[in-house]
Amino acid sequence: MLRIPCPWCGERDEIEFRYRGDASRERPAAHAGLAAFNALVYTRDNPCGWHAEWWLHVGGCRQLLKVVRHTLTHEIHWVGAPGEEPPSRPDGPPLPPQAGH
Amino acid sequence: MTVPPYSDPPAVPAESSGRYSLWRLLREGLNGQRGWSRAWAKATPRPQYRVVIVGGGGHGLATAFYLASEHGINDVAVLEKGPLGLGNVGRNTTIIRSNYFHPDNIRFYDFSLKLWEGFERRLNFNAMVSQRGTLNLFHTEAQRDLFTRRANQMRLLGVDALPLSRAAVKHRVPLIDLDHGRYPVLGGFLQPRGGTVRHDAVAWAYARAASAAGVDVVEHCEVTAVRSAGGRVTGVDSSRGFIAADTVCLAVAGHSSLLAATAGVKLPIETHVLQAFVSEPIKPVLDVVLTYGAGHFYINQSDKGGLVFGGAIDGYNTYGQRGTLPMAEEVAAAGVTLLPGLARLRVLRQWGGVMDMSMDGSPIVSKTGVEGLSVNGGWCYGGFKAIPAGGVTTAHLIAHGEPHPLAAHLTLERFATGRIVDERGIGPYPYLH
Amino acid sequence: MAGPARIARGLLTDTSRAIDFRFDGRLFSGFDGDTLASALLANGVLLAGRSFKYHRPRGIVTAGPEEPCALVDVIGARGREPNRLATTLALRAGLVAESQNRWPSLRFDALVLNDLLGRFLPAGFYYKTFMAPSWAWERLYEPLIRRAAGLGRLEPIVPRHADPAETVHHHADVLVVGAGACGLAAAHRLAVSGLRVILAEQDVVLGGGTLLDERWDSWRAATCVSLAALRCVRRLPSTTVLGAYGHGVFGALETLAPAESARCGGLRERLHVVRVRRALLATGAHERLIAFPSNDVPGVMLAGAALRYLRCHGVAVGASPALFVNNDEAYATLFALDEAGVRCAGVVDARPTSPAAERARELGLDVHLGAAVERVTGRAAVRGVRILDADGRRRELAADCLLVSGGHTPQTTLASQLGAPLVWQDRIAAFTPALAPENGQVAGAARGVFGLAAAARDGEAAARQIAAQLGRSPDPATAAREAAPLPRDPEVTPLTPLWEVGGRRGKAFVDLQNDVTTTDVRLAAREGYEHVEHMKRFTTLGMATDQGRIGGLVGSAVLAQARGVPLASVGQPKPRPYARPVPFAALAGGEVREHYRPARRLPLHEWHAGAGATFVPTGLWLRPLVYSPQSTWEAVLNEARAVRRRVGITDVSTLGKIDVQGTDAGKFLDFVYANTFSSLAVGRARYGIMLREDGMLFDDGTTARLAPGHFLMTTTTANAVVVLEHLEFYRHTACAALDVVLTDVGDQWAQFAVAGPRAREVVAQVVAGVDLSNEAFPFMAARAAHIAGVAGRVFRISFSGELAYELAVPARQALPVWSALLEAGKPWGMIPYGLDALNTLRIEKGHITGAELNGNTSASDLGFERLLKAEGDFIGRTLSGRPGLKDPARLQLVGVRPVDPAQRLRNGLQLVAQQERTTSLGYMTSSSPSTEVAGWVGLALLAGGRRRIGERLIGLSPIHAEAIEIEVVSPHMLDPENLRVRT
Repeated sequence: MLRIPCPWCGERDEIEFRYRGDASRERPAAHAGLAAFNALVYTRDNPCGWHAEWWLHVGGCRQLLKVVRHTLTHEIHWVGAPGEEPPSRPDGPPLPPQAGH
Repeated sequence: MTVPPYSDPPAVPAESSGRYSLWRLLREGLNGQRGWSRAWAKATPRPQYRVVIVGGGGHGLATAFYLASEHGINDVAVLEKGPLGLGNVGRNTTIIRSNYFHPDNIRFYDFSLKLWEGFERRLNFNAMVSQRGTLNLFHTEAQRDLFTRRANQMRLLGVDALPLSRAAVKHRVPLIDLDHGRYPVLGGFLQPRGGTVRHDAVAWAYARAASAAGVDVVEHCEVTAVRSAGGRVTGVDSSRGFIAADTVCLAVAGHSSLLAATAGVKLPIETHVLQAFVSEPIKPVLDVVLTYGAGHFYINQSDKGGLVFGGAIDGYNTYGQRGTLPMAEEVAAAGVTLLPGLARLRVLRQWGGVMDMSMDGSPIVSKTGVEGLSVNGGWCYGGFKAIPAGGVTTAHLIAHGEPHPLAAHLTLERFATGRIVDERGIGPYPYLH
Repeated sequence: MAGPARIARGLLTDTSRAIDFRFDGRLFSGFDGDTLASALLANGVLLAGRSFKYHRPRGIVTAGPEEPCALVDVIGARGREPNRLATTLALRAGLVAESQNRWPSLRFDALVLNDLLGRFLPAGFYYKTFMAPSWAWERLYEPLIRRAAGLGRLEPIVPRHADPAETVHHHADVLVVGAGACGLAAAHRLAVSGLRVILAEQDVVLGGGTLLDERWDSWRAATCVSLAALRCVRRLPSTTVLGAYGHGVFGALETLAPAESARCGGLRERLHVVRVRRALLATGAHERLIAFPSNDVPGVMLAGAALRYLRCHGVAVGASPALFVNNDEAYATLFALDEAGVRCAGVVDARPTSPAAERARELGLDVHLGAAVERVTGRAAVRGVRILDADGRRRELAADCLLVSGGHTPQTTLASQLGAPLVWQDRIAAFTPALAPENGQVAGAARGVFGLAAAARDGEAAARQIAAQLGRSPDPATAAREAAPLPRDPEVTPLTPLWEVGGRRGKAFVDLQNDVTTTDVRLAAREGYEHVEHMKRFTTLGMATDQGRIGGLVGSAVLAQARGVPLASVGQPKPRPYARPVPFAALAGGEVREHYRPARRLPLHEWHAGAGATFVPTGLWLRPLVYSPQSTWEAVLNEARAVRRRVGITDVSTLGKIDVQGTDAGKFLDFVYANTFSSLAVGRARYGIMLREDGMLFDDGTTARLAPGHFLMTTTTANAVVVLEHLEFYRHTACAALDVVLTDVGDQWAQFAVAGPRAREVVAQVVAGVDLSNEAFPFMAARAAHIAGVAGRVFRISFSGELAYELAVPARQALPVWSALLEAGKPWGMIPYGLDALNTLRIEKGHITGAELNGNTSASDLGFERLLKAEGDFIGRTLSGRPGLKDPARLQLVGVRPVDPAQRLRNGLQLVAQQERTTSLGYMTSSSPSTEVAGWVGLALLAGGRRRIGERLIGLSPIHAEAIEIEVVSPHMLDPENLRVRT
């Protein structure tokens, strides 16, 4: 179970938050066209590795958190507010998926 | 000293595992089981194939089988990174059904159901296809109306569906508490031809049949990248070297995005975990596949006696096949609410699989922007029931270069054109599906 | 001492408190502190059950949760509980237990036929047959197989009351799993370092292996006293850690003793959710069996189990036991039994020599070195033990029980869940986990450090490492005050791996619960199921309730031998959660049955109930459906007609309400809505439609402008929560630069709609200081006002299609305002109307609800394309222009009337052409009898619907065998000019 360190509320269980998906893309400009908006809505990098994503703290401060989390180990590298970027990159390249069954 | 990687036995030439039958069982029983041989040959990959299928799960193996048996193409390798059949085909709740909303999906999944009905005879392997019925409960009139619409649409297409009254539901499932849950049961809809299939047997059956037809089923061969040149696929890089291929098909479920990315293809897929559970085995107590209408919960009883059940996906991107505790609590709560007699029964095992959640909730059987590269994926949590149809339609796509009519609605183009196939109108939010 | 085999006092049994119990109908006596297994053994009962597949007689094999055979049904006041382990079931007064899986009785089981036919029922036999004739699988074979499957029986009853449940949440620094020598020492070290420790132990008492060696009694007692005195230590005995969930979260299950359970209102288990910074796994190792033919006969037991029965319960498991071992640790049982006066029939040690064997010889025991047990004679009990000596000669020992030890296998389940790969250790012939330090520490027998003192020191060392990681070191003074000195571990020689004794005929079991034999494992290899996971699934080894703990590694060894590869490369199947079976009730917690979901009630719920309303669950809400005991069309139309002809009042408090304020509030609404709101005048409301980014219709509602920078948005009831989240998401991302604040005010306001030709008269009575004339307060006006003296708001909006006002007041004031309205409405015959009547009214007008706004419809589908703003960006703008969303053949909103007014319509009717009835053209979404015209009206989504107005189609409901001729009409069936709302 994820324990997410909300910058305003501290470390809280994942059930207090609502996941809002990939945070790696910015909404294109109004006239950017179909291809750009299609990419925003449908295309996903879906990495096995570090993933920037949104979590809304619905059971707490109701702020939107940007979280950089590893999608295999679930390690959380950084949490911040929208518009912020993590000050440092997480270590290492994305891991290959585990052979574990 | 760390565990050395699995060491293969020397390649065994393709030999027939022989026909399975009662007579053979009796004969081998008297012969000390000595006459049994490998269910599928352990192939060493050749440097070049006409078709390489990446992924030795249900869909990959089925595709290989139908390529060989329907299209006479057996210059095919199925490359599986570990032992075959241990991905989602080996860890699901075994349900088969075709009760969908979208007419194209009804046709597709019912085609699969018909193939399940002929499975054992076609493949000479008892996969214990048990059409005991799938029963969907409803708790509001709005739900009833939705199911009515769906059942009528199914019946228009000649697929079985019928409504059940409260009394009929209780008669069918004595364990149900109709009235004292938060959302009383108002009735149900039954698809009599729905049911369950023994999941391990499916992978083994297709592997055996494909292998017997001359396909190379190669285990412990991890494909790390799809190689292409000039917009055309050339082959795959693997842990056993580069393997050239005219056509490459990705059938790797939750890992689809990773492999597609190596060919520069981005997919409308997010990978999420779905938990499934099994209880301790008990004498028969439930003879239908049951889904709850007031919470995401479904349950059936396997032939070994354990109750197999599950709920919704955990709800965030993950490749870790684990699963979170709150979801397990939620699933158990739904189970006890619907079937209070389960309270003292014990949950034995829990496992998680990684689901390839597509952005509209419907599968993807499609060519990609790279010529010769196709994708069979996006099955979300409904891929198991679709294995035969997925295999047939993917084989068709590979053999003919055009979608099979029954899977024409499942191409990647639909996201750009807006002809998405969203069964429940949830939208491009996999974490809500 | 009760029972023929009870020869001493036991650590856990209180011989002053006898307890009577029944097993298979016979009455027995035991003591408080016994388990069912120890009490049965004390009474000389060896036969405990019948095996799953072959129905062979089975006894008690272990003394703990790893028990594979002694599963019983417990018959209690609340019915029958299947599959309880006799080895962990605490004896309590009035316990009634039955053996399982046998008919007609335990002694004579008809299905022992399976054993005789065993050669025809090898692993996986069912995959190869039962295929013909094709009808027979479901009608004949499967029912038979299902009846034979499963062990215990669950009665198909619906208990009236929910079991009590309790979930306890912990936050601490370190979780220590296991309170044997290692865990106790570690917990103590961590606690004196100032860390908060949770110590979980699956046994009913702390101590683990120290319970079996009396030299450790005083150390154990002293350490436990110390721990009890430390406030920063929380001890959880009878608690099994179920699984690791990542981020330091663990789940654990505590079983309450009968007395405590009675004190806690019948609570049987507690679920503990533990959140810590580090974990220390001192989970120990469990003994494993040796595979030889007939190694399942009742009386064949693990050596360590016999020691536990002796030490903890004072029970000697046999009058003349023999031992079959390959390691020194198992000799502890021998010496303890000998000291207790039990004459052992002999020791069979697979090794050529060992100091423990020498010591046994010195005690005058018959020791056979370099020997092996080939088989056991007897079927329902051990009668003798046949051995093959080093000299090649065969002998028989006159033993009545055989205590087996093939070595000890570290318990690695939790470590595996924390991601630890398994590493082969030749010294102990087992795998140990290599856990990364940031995930935790493994210490003691769990990582192959056998010997109690060695384990204790290992636990200490691991604890020091964790303390250092967490920045704590023990105060030197406290550190100097060591716990009681550790007794010395005896010298041991390493074991010699012995997995299987082959050569003789008969079934040699590796999984006692699923009846998996060495032959099955070899068959798996022969058929190509040679990876350990395939072998597991093919043979079902390890898939029973015990997860193959005592024989899993043996199975892997047989597999390795069959394949001719080292055991290290074969591995063992990945262990899965849960570490012990968890009752549904414990996992489910308290939010079950009536409490499965919260119930949200309207501020006026009591009033509605008192007025005779029937409620309907709408999501979490309970809403009045109709003010009548049942929802009949008569009652509903009565309410709806009151609105059409006079005036009615309804409670619409469940609508989502979101307060939007800021200088950029208008801009924000322009972005989230498809139509324009910045142009809305103050004091006016406007209907808005909201799209998802993919261009599909998401929600609708009315938003009013109360001030230049102050709007009040309403959403549908069903989408209130998701719309708020949707808005908050965009507020923080694409709209981050805007000056706007969103506040959910859904629960703050109660809202009522007064609708009907007489609505103005009624509302004017209670609203002070506002000119409600049509000129001063036109359709879609919105103002703050005092309603029955309460500060609130008035909106002139209409869902029903009649002249209507919605009045919002603070929820606390709902009742007085509602009452005032009712009073004002009396002269006009105003009555309350519910959801069904509201639905009827809106259907006639062609207004949409979730039935039409179903997530798959676009603005254009529902006739709203005019609303999409021409200029300016909004959510969904670009993708709503995709060809697929503009296709004129898409399903579009239409109205439907039956051609024959006497016929009723039905939601879910499929619409088809008269001549071609297998292709669906669309479906009915909403329907109702009409208030004004004869017969039914409905709304439907129809392919190319807008071009089909006037066509006649067929509405089919095959599941009701209904076919109705219908006419396609405009959805705006009543007052399409909207004259009534504008009067």
